[in-house]
Amino acid sequence: MSANARTAVLERVRAAKGGAAELAKAASAWGLLPRAYHRDGDLQRTAMLERFIDRLHDYDAHVEFCDDAGLAGAIARALYACGAKRVLVPVGLDVGCPEELERVEDAALRVSELDRVDAVVTRCTVAIAETGTLVLQTVPGQGRRAATLVPDIHVCIVRERDVVMTVPEAFNRLALTTTLPTTFVSGPSATADIEMTRIKGVHGPRTLYVVLEAEAG
Amino acid sequence: MRVSIFITCYNDTLFPQTGRAMVHVLERLGHHVEFPAGQTCCGQMHYNTGYQTDALTMLPRFVEQFRGAEAVVVPSTSCVTMMRDHYPSMAQRLEASGKYPGIVAEVNALLPVVFEFSEFLTKRLGLTDVGAYFPHRVTYHASCHGLRGLGLGDGPESLLRAVKGIDLVTLPDIERCCGFGGTFAVKNAEVSSAMLAEKVQGVLSTGAEVCAACDNSCLMHIEGALHRQRTGVHTMHLAEILASEPEPNIAAEVRSGDVVAGDSEAVVWV
Amino acid sequence: MGLSTDGQALDPRTAPEFQTAARSVLNDAQLRKNVRHATTVIQNKRAKVVGELPDWQELREAGGALREHTMKFLDAYLEQFEANCTRAGGVVHWARDAAEAREIVVRLAKESIGDAPSEVIKIKSMTTEEIGLNAALQEAGITPYETDLAELIIQLGKDQPSHIVVPALHKNRAQIREIFQREMHLPHLGETPQDLADAARSFLREKFLRVPTAVSGANFLVAETGGVCIVESEGNGRMCLTLPRTLITIAGIDKVVPRFADLEVLLQVLPRSATGERMNPYNSIWTGVHPGDGPEQFHVVLMDNGRTDVLADEHGRETLHCIRCGACQNACPVYRQTGGHAYGSVYAGPIGAILTPQLQKMEHAESLPYASSLCGACYEVCPVKINIPEVLVHLRSRVVERKTAGLRVLTNAEALAMKTAGSLFRSERRFRAAQRLARMGQGVLARKDGSGEKWISWLPGLLGGWTQVRDLHALPDETFRQWWEEREKSKKHAGGAA
Repeated sequence: MSANARTAVLERVRAAKGGAAELAKAASAWGLLPRAYHRDGDLQRTAMLERFIDRLHDYDAHVEFCDDAGLAGAIARALYACGAKRVLVPVGLDVGCPEELERVEDAALRVSELDRVDAVVTRCTVAIAETGTLVLQTVPGQGRRAATLVPDIHVCIVRERDVVMTVPEAFNRLALTTTLPTTFVSGPSATADIEMTRIKGVHGPRTLYVVLEAEAG
Repeated sequence: MRVSIFITCYNDTLFPQTGRAMVHVLERLGHHVEFPAGQTCCGQMHYNTGYQTDALTMLPRFVEQFRGAEAVVVPSTSCVTMMRDHYPSMAQRLEASGKYPGIVAEVNALLPVVFEFSEFLTKRLGLTDVGAYFPHRVTYHASCHGLRGLGLGDGPESLLRAVKGIDLVTLPDIERCCGFGGTFAVKNAEVSSAMLAEKVQGVLSTGAEVCAACDNSCLMHIEGALHRQRTGVHTMHLAEILASEPEPNIAAEVRSGDVVAGDSEAVVWV
Repeated sequence: MGLSTDGQALDPRTAPEFQTAARSVLNDAQLRKNVRHATTVIQNKRAKVVGELPDWQELREAGGALREHTMKFLDAYLEQFEANCTRAGGVVHWARDAAEAREIVVRLAKESIGDAPSEVIKIKSMTTEEIGLNAALQEAGITPYETDLAELIIQLGKDQPSHIVVPALHKNRAQIREIFQREMHLPHLGETPQDLADAARSFLREKFLRVPTAVSGANFLVAETGGVCIVESEGNGRMCLTLPRTLITIAGIDKVVPRFADLEVLLQVLPRSATGERMNPYNSIWTGVHPGDGPEQFHVVLMDNGRTDVLADEHGRETLHCIRCGACQNACPVYRQTGGHAYGSVYAGPIGAILTPQLQKMEHAESLPYASSLCGACYEVCPVKINIPEVLVHLRSRVVERKTAGLRVLTNAEALAMKTAGSLFRSERRFRAAQRLARMGQGVLARKDGSGEKWISWLPGLLGGWTQVRDLHALPDETFRQWWEEREKSKKHAGGAA
């Protein structure tokens, strides 16, 4: 029956347009579509990072910088600041969490177990300055999607060189990994469903920390 | 320049003073004004209400009346929007019917010389000061077709700002529709009234004596409520304000550059 | 008070016509205040973030061209999506209409639920609203839990959505609190929006962690990869997409986009247009099933339900370009007065006024194409440049065609009047005669006001709507053309004398 529906719907589509479409023709027509919008950002590195930080703050994310204490120190400051005690660490994350805190490896934990950790620390694939967005994918160091969703605090490490200015630049970076589960995160979970007042934190993490990792050397 | 007026059906019938004012301004600026006698209607009401086949039959008359015009000037933003947005496709339908060979080319040749009145002054002639005098507080209603349909932008208000003696106050929510919308005002009278109520509140909040616009259809609607509520606020087409001049005895002073006394009366073209 | 929806789905086949529904809403002061407030706030937010992008018009241009292109090659892209989604472990189903779609979803949900309690969690989806899925699930003994805050408010309040993006925009915090207090048994619930959001968080958390079946809509289907994209704010979407064992996604066939990279345009224009944000908090993109991450079973239902009829109308088909951002609703001065329920359909506002009559049989929604003053604000804000006023006018002509077919024109007062007016405008002589007649005819209606001007305060029949709240200036004694001709005559005389 579903096969019938399939045939029927496709036939209706073709009848409506007056003929069947070919993928090869679609591809060449696609190549000619107007794309006069900006692909690349026009800001210098420092100004771009400033824009990124500004956008993050604007949407209620916190930003932590690496000082002499290094990346581990910045992560620790973020975790202490929000009072996290049990910290989830995805497989493949190359940095530790402070020894005083309880470190929980995500070895296929059940959801109810994820719900009992306070925070999660991950990296990201790319970040977008213009929109204050972090792009997470299911790869080592970034965890599966549930790991950055169920805990109430998310600490995300962003290497400065992974920050791009525009959305199209980010999509360029994702071009080879388009089928991985991918999540764009822009600030902590929020809603404006009540009188259009933006309220931070509904179901996703209510606190988002971005740790900006400077270029090595 | 030889300027042909397309007065439009409703201005002809209901607002002849707007046409007279327009003629006055154009002649004052030194243009030769013509009025092709066989003109009637642009077809907007029919087209927008869904009677497109009826609207179609009005296009050949328009083309015939204005063939060879140097400039066609129209005191209505919505009629000009109608012509620009729909005449090309209407002409194609007529041409395809086989009864009107060449009408596509004629419409294509004619449309570039069709101007809304304020647009003709600011864009075609490059003017802002047309020598008017109007010592009153005025607010300007932008009209959806002027603002979005024709993209008049600041043009009409730049003309008003150049009027001597005027106290021009910006209308709040100037981009919002007044609720006229042609047959919408009768087909959805209640919603139209609700929209009108907000617009009237806006007009009253400016303290203006006159609400001006480039389209008498919006004004007829706004005026209708202003009068029903006995607000004492009047409406005027932009052309009528631009046609207003000082009384002859002070006109000389204005021309010589003297400051005009605030209490002097303007000759108003109504 | 106002237009009660009583939990009855908004169905254009049974809804009152727009004028009637609007009349009752216009008396609801609270609703109108809520709608005015919400639409003003979103409009301002949108204007701010759109203003930040110097290439906004180029993005709209690209978005519109992309959607048009997609529709042109829709069959090829649908097949490509199906093949890629299947390869990635998804199961693709096709549905000709709402009934078939409901049947598929209910069957899949039952299979997934097995021996577990009969429940599903749901992400806000206009498509599931369109087909009345919740009622079908309930009939089959399955309890659907709406997880989007606004949809939860609607569901618990036995209400109906009034906006594509912010379905509970017609309710204020006090009204929402009342619903939550009653339905969640929280007599001491606080009254700030944060209190209300917190209540929703704890109410739903338990369900997210427990219920193993989810139903979602989709924002975009990516043909090139077989991937699906969902855009949301609260994280309820992510919960439904990642925690359950089975995910059932239902999408109109119009939701497909050619390539992954096309999202670089759509994910810029959608959030800025929808909620006035540079990017909404969460966009999820996934492809089929991914071992160790997310559901084990993934189904996509591709539904027609009238969309191919829209596609078949060359003047109406751009309606399918819609990406459901709701910007046209926020910008619409008519929606601003009435809110969404008056449109009698889950798709309200300008986009609803063109989508509903085309998805349904026209006779169920003949008043909708007229529910607009054609002010063009919707077209101006549309992120994919759908010329809504143009489509409205086109649909009006379809309504007129139906109403005036054959001899029907003789029984329709409006059609008769329009036909008569048309004949006047075709002849200058007849037009002049009508001007004279009208001036004579107004005699009994026109009255002088204090300043001696003649005004009309009452008009009969079709025109009566005008004089409910407005006066009409009486016709002047002389038309413009009469004045002109007199002037020309006297000029000639003067010229002859000289």
